[in-house]
Amino acid sequence: MINALSLLTQAAYAEASDGGFSAPSIDEFYPQVIAFQGTWFELDRIMLIRLLVMTALIVLFWLWSSKFKKSYKNNILVPSRFQLMGEISLNFVRKNIAHEQLGEKDGERFLPLLTTIFFLILGMNITGIIPFLNIAGTSRIGLPVVLAAVAYVTFIYAGVRKHRMKFFTANLFPAGVPKAFYVLVTPIEFLSTFILRPVTLALRLTMNMIAGHLLLVLCFSATQFFFFNAEGFFKLFGAGTFVFGFAFTVFEILVSFLQAYVFTLLTTVYIQLALADEH
Amino acid sequence: MDVNNIAELSGNIAVVGYGLAAIGPGIGVGLVVSKTIESIARQPELASKLQVTMWLGIAFTEALALIGLATPFIFV
Repeated sequence: MINALSLLTQAAYAEASDGGFSAPSIDEFYPQVIAFQGTWFELDRIMLIRLLVMTALIVLFWLWSSKFKKSYKNNILVPSRFQLMGEISLNFVRKNIAHEQLGEKDGERFLPLLTTIFFLILGMNITGIIPFLNIAGTSRIGLPVVLAAVAYVTFIYAGVRKHRMKFFTANLFPAGVPKAFYVLVTPIEFLSTFILRPVTLALRLTMNMIAGHLLLVLCFSATQFFFFNAEGFFKLFGAGTFVFGFAFTVFEILVSFLQAYVFTLLTTVYIQLALADEH
Repeated sequence: MDVNNIAELSGNIAVVGYGLAAIGPGIGVGLVVSKTIESIARQPELASKLQVTMWLGIAFTEALALIGLATPFIFV
């Protein structure tokens, strides 16, 4: 890891020093440390953005829930615009993800967790395209790892609570397979269920955000390079890269929503598979 | 003309590796989506259910490309 980083850093410096185009590198995601250097609580731009998003989410949901409570108490049947926004977004997770996959009863049980995961990821992703923040809170592996660990613990808990030890045996020794094949099937099942599931959850989110951010940086730094450093006819390319950068910004909005949806949906499906009765 | 330097390439071989790693998932995602579109065309009332399955299929297929993207950072 450190090897790769130092290589990339050298390459970036070498390119930047001769006044040419400097390509974005993985260093984008390790910005300058602002405070508490050397301790466990190092603050840099990404950490500050995460704290900001967390505060914003707490305030938003506090406002929403107090609004819901007030209109419920006063029997106001027509919601205001702000309240409607909250109802639609909360209902999206509730109806389209939880109830659809888990059913009403289990859906309600796991709803708080799923709602938290969805809105946390959406909030952290969307900072990637907000001007002046410009980097997603999920673009460094720490936060996705925590969320994947939560999902991992939850689906194992759901399975063990319902099927006890049969959860593990049913997953590792699937029914209907000839006994001799368990030599092959069990390691594969173990790998795919208990190792690859959380790893891909975390990697999918992080890598999507990293790739998106690098694409945006590439487009806009190329625009800057073409406009100010290129000569003659090549300046025209800048317009092209600028349009592409704009298109990718719109695409990033879609991706940040989609990743939040996919992460929550996969967590739900893993829980649903753990709860399923057929084994 | 310098014979030793007719076609020089500079850069990282890992880029070619990632290009290769992206082929499979690219085809895979294409297949998933095309089959979903086909099924929705045959049975439009199942569209919402099929779409959920489609996103799951895409998520699993795409994971391979993303593992490819992550590998250079870990193993280089």
